[in-house]
Amino acid sequence: MKIIVCAKQVPDTTEVRIDPVKGTLIRDGVPSILNPDDANALEAALALKDEHPGTMVSVLSMGPPQADEMLRECIAMGADDAYLLSDRAFGGADTCATSTTIAAGIKKIGYADIILAGRQAIDGDTAQVGPQIARRLGIPSVTYVQKIVALKKGSVIVERQMEDGYEVLEVELPCLLTAVKELGQPRYMTIAGIMDAYAQPVTVWDHTDVALDPADCGLNASPTQVHRSFTPPAKGKGEMLKGSVAEMSSQLIERLKEKHVL
Amino acid sequence: MAVHVIQEKCKGCSICIKNCPFEAIALEDRLAVIKDACTGCGVCAEKCPFHAIERIEEKAEKGVDIASYHGVWVFAEQREGKLMQVAIELLGEGRKLADSIGTELCAILCGYQVEGLAADLIAYGADKVYLAQALELEHYTTDPYTKVIYDAIHTYRPEIVLLGATHIGRDLGPCLAVKCDTGLTADCTKLEIDPTDKKIMQTRPAFGGNLMATIVCPAHRPQMSTVRPGVMEKAVYDAGRSGQTIALEVELGKEDMRVKILDIVKALGETVSLTDAKIIVAGGMGLGKPEGFDLLRQLADKLGGTVASSRACVDAGWIDHSYQVGQTGTTVKPQIYFACGISGAIQHIAGMQGAEHIVAINKNEAAPIFEIADHGIVGDLYQVIPAIIEALG
Repeated sequence: MKIIVCAKQVPDTTEVRIDPVKGTLIRDGVPSILNPDDANALEAALALKDEHPGTMVSVLSMGPPQADEMLRECIAMGADDAYLLSDRAFGGADTCATSTTIAAGIKKIGYADIILAGRQAIDGDTAQVGPQIARRLGIPSVTYVQKIVALKKGSVIVERQMEDGYEVLEVELPCLLTAVKELGQPRYMTIAGIMDAYAQPVTVWDHTDVALDPADCGLNASPTQVHRSFTPPAKGKGEMLKGSVAEMSSQLIERLKEKHVL
Repeated sequence: MAVHVIQEKCKGCSICIKNCPFEAIALEDRLAVIKDACTGCGVCAEKCPFHAIERIEEKAEKGVDIASYHGVWVFAEQREGKLMQVAIELLGEGRKLADSIGTELCAILCGYQVEGLAADLIAYGADKVYLAQALELEHYTTDPYTKVIYDAIHTYRPEIVLLGATHIGRDLGPCLAVKCDTGLTADCTKLEIDPTDKKIMQTRPAFGGNLMATIVCPAHRPQMSTVRPGVMEKAVYDAGRSGQTIALEVELGKEDMRVKILDIVKALGETVSLTDAKIIVAGGMGLGKPEGFDLLRQLADKLGGTVASSRACVDAGWIDHSYQVGQTGTTVKPQIYFACGISGAIQHIAGMQGAEHIVAINKNEAAPIFEIADHGIVGDLYQVIPAIIEALG
């Protein structure tokens, strides 16, 4: 079986803080990481590989040359090989253009029975690229997958997380699944894996390698544009209550009653 | 939209580099250089003290006849024959948008034996309801819904399509956008019409809520957004309104049925309705143990509210995901939000800053949650909460 995992290198947004005075992002020392949902997707692929010997797991990413590091991390976890779509022409892409480029990368790799991606990336939080790749490849997709129940001949049974429970779905292969956290706690890299990761080349492709016209990539092919970006206005700091625990508690109740919220 | 450095004006001060949210600028030969990661967001252009960065409008030459698209459409998401709350919120917001453009508001409803909902949609403000009914549409699956709604969009050409950012809307939206060859803005929290050109401006949090971005879709139609549930004001029900229902022809083939529903499982236990809660008592890692939620529940019961949680407690397995407030959980706007032992990560704040009144209880006086709290109490929540319960009498 052949599995392709789509992964993205992202800044660790949980490490980002806002400067309360200037209202700007404090980004010093913010590390770049493998997007958490993508790590869950990779884990699911590796678990399938453990269960079904002979399975090949490839990892595919689009991004700047530095994403090489993240892809090596994926190999160290157990992926067989890695591909990076990196080209100035891919820059500034919205989800629509990103999905075109990644779909072209998947076609270049060749066939896959299952394509796995994270539900969403923590820097954009759109959750759009996964299903859009499937649309471009003309294959069915299931988003918010929390469990791969069974692999059958020609289909896979999965659980799709809903707000109030889950659905059990049977999907024809080949298909694309997007992973939520519950799909699998990512494993650690092994020493042997780390050695492999540095011995092995990461294949880098530009737009000509995947037969894309620059007009169909990146900013040029993005229907949406950022009109304006701004840091959200901080709400003014309120009142810190003082005194003993009992005093603070009764003050709080008084204040809430004064404002008629209680 | 792209940004460009005017080399003659750049002093190499690196202010743009510090302010770029995407690490897309580097200093080369003492000049700022825009790298591949640039999204054209324009933060650098605003921050540059020397006006050395300019934004360039890029015109798409797709040849889409924008003027031929009219009307605001709302995806009327139903589950088990019941309209989702977000559909009513979208009709409330859609009405405002349609009025400021001067166009009609329509709902598109898919399901099986759901014609009764059409009258409700009209009462909530829809001028027209496009109704697609078939057994295959009873429960949502991606391909049949995409096919039916795409066909309707193709025929009737709406200028705006809004969907709720639910697990269904966020699955359907991306697929529709690719089929329509248009843009989609995810999880919007604010929508406005640009008075100059009547285009929609879609504002959404990005970067874990650290940055707000206003997105436009200038040259493609329809303009599509998924909208975060619980943010927009609900439409008011008025049974006296009149409207038109248009039945759509549903043509589905074997190629649209590649996903089969085997079972639908509802989560056991109490149903959590955080979006509608007036009072929320939320706990974070400061609780120290899962039993801490029992204490929070006592306060919540006393006030007629509900408990909620930060992501960390859900990750630790202390409480179910359905209680999670924040960027990847539920967005809430209660009258009072008690944040107990919650430090205030930006992702959490993104989900609760709409609360009318925020009370923070935390041992650590430097916790970021105090920056947004209306009232802060520094102290051990295991002492403070019982004291509050007692003070309530």
